[in-house]
Amino acid sequence: MNTAVLSREQREAKLEGMGCKRKRVEDIRFTQGKGNYIDDLKLPGMLFGDFVRSQYAHARIKRIDTSKATRVPGVLAVLTAEELKGVNLAWMPTLAGDVQMVLADGKVLFQNQEIAFVVAEDRYAAADGVEAVEVEYEELPVIVDPFKSMAADAPVLREDLAGKTSGAHGARKHHNHIFEWTVGDKPGTDAAFANAEVTIKELISYHRTHPSPLETCQCVASFDKIKGELTVYGTFQAPHVIRTVASLLSKIPEHKIHVIAPDIGGGFGNKVGAYPGYICAIVASIVTGKPVKWVEDRIENLTTTSFARDYHMTTEIAASRDGKVTGLRVHVLADHGGFDACADPSKFPAGFFAIVTGSYDFPVAHVSVDGVYTNKAPGGVAYRCSLRVTEAAYAIERGMDILAQKLAMDPAELRLKNFIRREQFPYRSALGWEYDSGDYHTAMQKALQVVGYEALRTEQAAKREAFKRGETREVMGIGLCFFTEIVGAGPSKNCDVLGLAMFDSCEIRVHPTGSAIARMGSKSQGQGHETTYAQIVASEIGIPADDIMVEEGNTDTAPYGIGTFGSRSTPVAGAAIAMAARKIRNKAQMIAAYLLEVHESDLEWDIDGFRVKGLPEKFKGMKEIVWAAYHSPPPGMEPGLEAVSYYDPPNMTYPFGAYVCVMDIDVDTGVYKVRRFYALDDCGTRINPMIIEGQVHGGLTEAFAIAMGQEIRYDEIGNVIGGSFQDFFLPTAVETPKWETDHTVTPSPHHPIGAKGVGESPNVGGVPAFSNAVNDAFSFLGTRHIQMPHDHWRNWSVAHKLGLHE
Amino acid sequence: MIPGSFSYHRPKSVAEAAGLLAQHADNARVLAGGQSLIPLMKLRLAAPDHLIDLAQLAELKGIERKAHALSIGAMTTQHELITSALVAETLPIVRESSLLVADPQVRYVGTLGGNLANGDPGNDMPAIMLCLDATFRVLGRDVERTVKARDFYKGTYVTALEEHEILTRIEIPIPPGGHGFAYEKLKRKIGDYATAAAGVLLTAQGGKITSCAIGLSNLGDTPLYAEAAGAALVGSALDAAALAAASKATRAIMAPAADTRGSVEYRTYVGGVMVERALKRAWARATN
Amino acid sequence: MPKEKVKMTVNGREIEALVEPRTLLIHFLREELNLTGAHIGCDTTHCGACTVDLDSKSVKSCTMFALQAEGASLTTIEGMAYADGSLSALQEGFRMEHGLQCGFCTPGMIMRAHRLLKENPNPSDEEIRFGISGNLCRCTGYQNIVKAIQYAAAKLSGPPRKEAAQ
Repeated sequence: MNTAVLSREQREAKLEGMGCKRKRVEDIRFTQGKGNYIDDLKLPGMLFGDFVRSQYAHARIKRIDTSKATRVPGVLAVLTAEELKGVNLAWMPTLAGDVQMVLADGKVLFQNQEIAFVVAEDRYAAADGVEAVEVEYEELPVIVDPFKSMAADAPVLREDLAGKTSGAHGARKHHNHIFEWTVGDKPGTDAAFANAEVTIKELISYHRTHPSPLETCQCVASFDKIKGELTVYGTFQAPHVIRTVASLLSKIPEHKIHVIAPDIGGGFGNKVGAYPGYICAIVASIVTGKPVKWVEDRIENLTTTSFARDYHMTTEIAASRDGKVTGLRVHVLADHGGFDACADPSKFPAGFFAIVTGSYDFPVAHVSVDGVYTNKAPGGVAYRCSLRVTEAAYAIERGMDILAQKLAMDPAELRLKNFIRREQFPYRSALGWEYDSGDYHTAMQKALQVVGYEALRTEQAAKREAFKRGETREVMGIGLCFFTEIVGAGPSKNCDVLGLAMFDSCEIRVHPTGSAIARMGSKSQGQGHETTYAQIVASEIGIPADDIMVEEGNTDTAPYGIGTFGSRSTPVAGAAIAMAARKIRNKAQMIAAYLLEVHESDLEWDIDGFRVKGLPEKFKGMKEIVWAAYHSPPPGMEPGLEAVSYYDPPNMTYPFGAYVCVMDIDVDTGVYKVRRFYALDDCGTRINPMIIEGQVHGGLTEAFAIAMGQEIRYDEIGNVIGGSFQDFFLPTAVETPKWETDHTVTPSPHHPIGAKGVGESPNVGGVPAFSNAVNDAFSFLGTRHIQMPHDHWRNWSVAHKLGLHE
Repeated sequence: MIPGSFSYHRPKSVAEAAGLLAQHADNARVLAGGQSLIPLMKLRLAAPDHLIDLAQLAELKGIERKAHALSIGAMTTQHELITSALVAETLPIVRESSLLVADPQVRYVGTLGGNLANGDPGNDMPAIMLCLDATFRVLGRDVERTVKARDFYKGTYVTALEEHEILTRIEIPIPPGGHGFAYEKLKRKIGDYATAAAGVLLTAQGGKITSCAIGLSNLGDTPLYAEAAGAALVGSALDAAALAAASKATRAIMAPAADTRGSVEYRTYVGGVMVERALKRAWARATN
Repeated sequence: MPKEKVKMTVNGREIEALVEPRTLLIHFLREELNLTGAHIGCDTTHCGACTVDLDSKSVKSCTMFALQAEGASLTTIEGMAYADGSLSALQEGFRMEHGLQCGFCTPGMIMRAHRLLKENPNPSDEEIRFGISGNLCRCTGYQNIVKAIQYAAAKLSGPPRKEAAQ
């Protein structure tokens, strides 16, 4: 019997439950180099596969000569589309309702597209084999400008879609058109614009970039001929979905496929979908009867796996003269590259772009999106985007600043004037979303107060005068962003991936001696689920977090889930955890009542056990209750203590935030300095403040890179520019600004623990803050909209066009 | 990511190294720190059949003072340059520019010779050697000769070094005490090749410049020595007009490539800005 | 190409092996010695995830042939914990200050920080940032990595550690 009586604070602290800065469980192995990443895996007899890739962006494949390659010592086989056709795998379905070539079938559509897969005894021999494959091409005309993709004389890219006048999302207008998606009230919006006192219209482009996690995409596929079972280890953010897809493609039944995602070195949406490398490794394993490893290198990763953004958004806002917004109209030209491989829920080919009304009370709005094919890598939805929310936030936050400039109104004042008010929640937006909760005014006022906004504007005014007098060559910008995110996909009524509803799951089993194991359908790639999920369970069932083992990623043991992307883990899996834990607590309550010989309703939950109401000394702790479940369960009750919950969220969640960026730009060199960056995030209930802060730091750093120079570009014939770390802008610790984080807490009313998710907010909110700062810096000199990325050269070019260089 | 195959040689003397290089000439490369060569080999943009590792050769190491010059072995690493008290005291511009080459790991292994010998216009140390009027010692097939740094660079990856020759030592005349120096490097991020960079070495007496050498990095297909611009500054007090003349004169000889760092126009413009800033910093040091 | 002999000391252990001349040190460590802590994150010697400590130098093992390490003494992340299994100050610091998320850059980052603190036992924020400029991280934004290294610096400059009895 425990004679030491701990205070309530001490008992809570012992649990290390929700709200505390619990140190990470994962770090014990990661800091010792004992993580289990895919390339650490060695299976007996394992082979290695590597790709021959296209030199050209658009070309017919006239001939592939593999004869020299098969004679390279150590090379066992070379797969081409011909071999894959035999097993109906030369093409595979994408998550967006399109099809994608696994290996080039007659032609290639983007530079570095996969042509052949060399299988060898080790990676050195595979590389030699790749060098030895000879490919004969017939070059075809290239489209890299999405604005030219639907010209009457534009070359045909997708010959496989010839004659198909409709696709997965409706009618196609042109041979390079993919879909048109619209939402909102077109006549109402057009009327608002027709009657508006003030309007702005601007083409706001969010350039193409790439999530670039430090670990590239990779897998080890192992087919056991005897058992007829396929095991695939891989960098999978959604392992169960991969298993189902693998089953559909290979015709191996799902119960004979084991998909395991071990430790993943960063995902950011790069590791959601299926890539040709996975399919080829699986086929090669089936063909050779040996495990086959595929590890892409960095150039392959940047130039062929899921890119991000490439959204060209003509953004219009209608408003009254005194700054009240009356309408929003956005047309998007979406460049999807050679195949539409986006990881969107199936009914949303433009993701959740319809959040573009943002934090503002637009009475009416209309959005239309045209997706097109070009000779670039396939994809679009990735990179902490919450499914196109990054694009939407950029459009509306830039748009509001442009409107503020036209109205000669302070951008903070314009926002405060148009925010959805606290009393309006739950708020139904003009584009059909029901925002769960928010208190924008409080958050904004806090942000402005902490950064000393008025003083900054005074300083800026003085600096502008000094600049005009020639006393300084620096311009100062203040960039605001007030974003509303939409995450936690999603309710089964409108969210599905390949027909699978977007629920998530948790299974908890408590062991007789009082510790537990919990498994979920999500999959961390650095978010710290082993640490934070245990905190949720600890708070819910009163067992210390250190006594709760958390597992994800093994499809044999984890309950089915749709994985971790779009910031959905906390909103969906986190909810499932709470629900499963509450089932356990409910059973524990019945056991406690039996042990204490009272009725259940006489008991109340008290941190780590049940206490009889009004009789504080009558208490049963969880350890004793758990033992009783295994030792002497009440009559009629099943022994044991475990529960499963599959959670179908009733709604999305809507985190929000207020970011302020202060930046100084040297007009003679274009060099910028981020003087200050303040980020206030409201993600509802905060499970682990240390981890939230880490997520914000990381997302802001990504946003900084994107806004200030990171991009994937193409020249006129489709050669990739910026396809290696030589040129792809990834800031080091020297360039990266210092981040100030802050928060408010507005819980989600529909979520079991009130939590909303936060992983992607900093990327969503960061980019507009940086871009608005650059735009704000130059605006007094007459600019209206400066396109990002805002690298040195482009900043200088703006100054040059303004005539600032003599 | 995986280099092609090659034979590896580890000669025990410079003479042996030169002999191997002569023997295998167009199929061989010397391996210094490897921080330029190995990345090229991994991308299979370089595929020598023979690699001659210079790592063990004592004759190529060491920083020695010889009367009024420093003799630096070609295999001296950037880290050794940075931590050398002798270099800090006599050639502070070498230390300053070396700190801006790549990153700490590459500086531990990358060599001065490697940074100078291959004619990559993006490297930082060549322009510094032009400012310093360094002399390169070169050995090939028992023949040793010297080449002035200012005569060494011919074009992109084209230098006065013959295929069978090895850069062995770099000899640098020591500038007078109290001289002004600065290396002003504009880059997209730390460790990148320069978007534009200017190195300046100058002396001043009685408030006037008495000598001035200006070297430019990554602003042409070779490092550039702006002889005329430097000469024109002699006798000036580096007033605004002199600065403007210097940036104008140096811009006139720049021919940067257009790449993701910027257009020709941009890089030329900021090249001039780097010249002005380097001159100002060097002047402040010299007149202090 | 015929293999050549190479000898080196890794984490205090003498190693002798046969390697192809073109075998990169990173592959030798990961595949031959099964020391999979050092990682590969790029193709162009930028990311630093492969950083090890070799003869008291921070070295990117992806940009060195195994043969170049002949006679050298290497420490990898696997050699950082103390003999009694307790974590080094840096490993502890990274955990205490949340200096890692996915963990992929961490071994290289810690090995670089290890040498950095030997070069400069009490570095400022700016000196740390410059000192780790050869190591990229995609998750943390570096801020907590800086704090982690400062934590270790403080701990290492404190009273000497007592080794647990063997």
